[in-house]
Amino acid sequence: MRRTALMAAVATSAILLTACSTSTNGGSTETADKDTTAEISYAYWDATQKDAIDQIIAEFNEEYPNITVKSDVTPYSEYFGKLQTQASSDTLPDVFWMNGPNFQLYASNDKLEPLPDAIDPADYPQALTDLYSYDGARYGAPKDYDTVAVFYNKALFDEAGVEYPTDDWTWDEFHEKAKAISDALGSQGVYGTVNGLTGGQEVYYNTILQAGGEIIADGKSGYDSPEAIRGLQFVADLIADGSAPSLEQLSDTPQNVWFVNGKSAMFWSGTWSNAELRESAIVDQIGVAPLPKDERAATVIHGLANVASKASKNKAAAEAFLTFLASERAAVIQAEAGAALPAFNGTQDAFVASAPYDLQVFLDEAENSSFPYPVSKNTAAWNKLENELLPAAFSGERPVAEVAKELAEKMNAALAEEDE
Amino acid sequence: MTQTAVHGTGAAEDAAPGPGPSRGTGRLRSDIGWAMMFVLPLFAGVALFYLWPIVRNLWFSFTEWGPFGDSKWVGVDNYVDLFTDATMGRAILNTFGYTAILLCGIPLAVYFASLLNRPGLRFANVFRAAFFLPYVAMPAAIAMVWRIIFNGDFGILNYALSLVGITGPSWLSTEGVALVAVGIVGVWISLGFNLIILSAGMKGIPPELYEAASLDGATRWRQFLTITVPLLTPSIFFVSVMTVISGFQLFDLLYALMGTTNPAMEKTQSVVFYFFTNIKTGDNGYAAAIGVVILVLVGVFTALQFRLQRKWVTYV
Repeated sequence: MRRTALMAAVATSAILLTACSTSTNGGSTETADKDTTAEISYAYWDATQKDAIDQIIAEFNEEYPNITVKSDVTPYSEYFGKLQTQASSDTLPDVFWMNGPNFQLYASNDKLEPLPDAIDPADYPQALTDLYSYDGARYGAPKDYDTVAVFYNKALFDEAGVEYPTDDWTWDEFHEKAKAISDALGSQGVYGTVNGLTGGQEVYYNTILQAGGEIIADGKSGYDSPEAIRGLQFVADLIADGSAPSLEQLSDTPQNVWFVNGKSAMFWSGTWSNAELRESAIVDQIGVAPLPKDERAATVIHGLANVASKASKNKAAAEAFLTFLASERAAVIQAEAGAALPAFNGTQDAFVASAPYDLQVFLDEAENSSFPYPVSKNTAAWNKLENELLPAAFSGERPVAEVAKELAEKMNAALAEEDE
Repeated sequence: MTQTAVHGTGAAEDAAPGPGPSRGTGRLRSDIGWAMMFVLPLFAGVALFYLWPIVRNLWFSFTEWGPFGDSKWVGVDNYVDLFTDATMGRAILNTFGYTAILLCGIPLAVYFASLLNRPGLRFANVFRAAFFLPYVAMPAAIAMVWRIIFNGDFGILNYALSLVGITGPSWLSTEGVALVAVGIVGVWISLGFNLIILSAGMKGIPPELYEAASLDGATRWRQFLTITVPLLTPSIFFVSVMTVISGFQLFDLLYALMGTTNPAMEKTQSVVFYFFTNIKTGDNGYAAAIGVVILVLVGVFTALQFRLQRKWVTYV
């Protein structure tokens, strides 16, 4: 009682809160009181999720009316640069979004607060808990997850006289359909498929895995394996014979714009595209098929997590908010907004119901054919190499095998540097 | 006010050291004191926001940074890497190329300025405003418009070209073409600024010269070449110094027009863009070394221009 009165009255409650949360050991920190007064910051990058997040904050405030959550949206392209600067000066937001490629960098540099025990790992897919664990401690509360599938435009398939994809289609079938549509509708500027190639998740990580290869295995690059080369070659072939637009065309007009405007019949993308597609003009023509398979069916699975800063001055309030973000209720709000496929087990139905096309495909893939998103301690270092080297392979400027070997070599050098 | 105050204080201080010989230097010293006081606020700002960062940058260029700000001294390693870095060489060439395109805009600006300064031109102010508009408009907004114009598949430019049977490239994402496209936008933006400076310079040319020339039967073109251009050289010199500096600092247009994930960026980027790329990936020490190179390049080329101006600039 006395503590409560003090906290409500004294402006320096933050110090007290920190004191009592650090006094308990082993991560089982006390949560904040209902009338804790504090102001915390929450940073994220996806503006399309703003409505869902505002609603989550509003409902959080019903429970904790005196904790003000200031949210801060920074576009993805600037987000991690800003975060790194903030981390350098220990002014990280109290709670913020984290992704797989960046997680280990922050965890290994002691920038993150371990999760409170109130957040139960059993509520989330194991792959995500693993992705956000470092040295045996859990740091990230899984927020959502995404797998990749093929969105297709039924009207364009009909117009080109091409059969819709089936659930167990292969690379060859995919390529044939894409080529047939490009040939039939090319005069209208329509392509068979469109591939986002500025990172691996949408397309080439998947094709490498489908061919039986690995991006990274046992701390070594998998890019120089024949399977990985085959996976990259498949992507290059699509561009070479006009089934897909070139890198230059993609740079002028991003992949989602091609698809939404009916200029591409197929589109490899993840659950994150749902928010845009279900509001688009072509929503009634969209179908969803799993990714085509080669040696095996495969998609990378990745998910975002909410994390709390170790340097937070309002740890108890941050922890209360983080716990709410990780709750079933917050997951349902996100699912209903169609913003993301929530990670909380059992809340995905609302997401599946958020669009007229079949989103169940993404869940089935997650269960049956998903592979963890490739990361290491400094993922950004070799992501940069991918972005520098692979365009020449995809455009046909250099042989795929030659680029893959060079990439593997440089990536291995970057991986070796991580452990110094 | 100031005048009396200066002398007043001077006299008061003079009284203190005593008689005779120190009088002159005392006056001088106190004048310098006052001058310093007036200069100080500005100097403090310049020192804090310009000089100190340059010194820090120089220091950083000899260090290597960890992901979260911890840096260690590595001597000249960054510079050694820089001189063997093919991307840096390419970036320097690109920067020169872009600057060359910008410089081509100067004759254009001189010509337009002479048109705008024709006596009796109607709506001269409207034209001036129209030319100046791109210079004051937001670069990001300009970039959005030009992106749409230059779009390879759906852009107006390629549509226009298709009407005469030409298939245009993806202007902003094709290696080699992209730099020219960016250069054209750069010329278009800088035209307004150059026009204003050159117009002002033209106003300073005595009209009698033109009268005399036309009495002697010189055509307008002849007058332009033998009166306007030579007497305008001081303004042209100023504009070209500014153009070279802004050309060397090319960044925002590349960033906004092409975007960071552009496949042609690797081969099109400027030195400042390469600086930015390295900042983004946390190679702050290396980026600082690039910053020093930019400083040296700008310094050398500006000095060179001042040296060469003696050969072609006419001061009346």
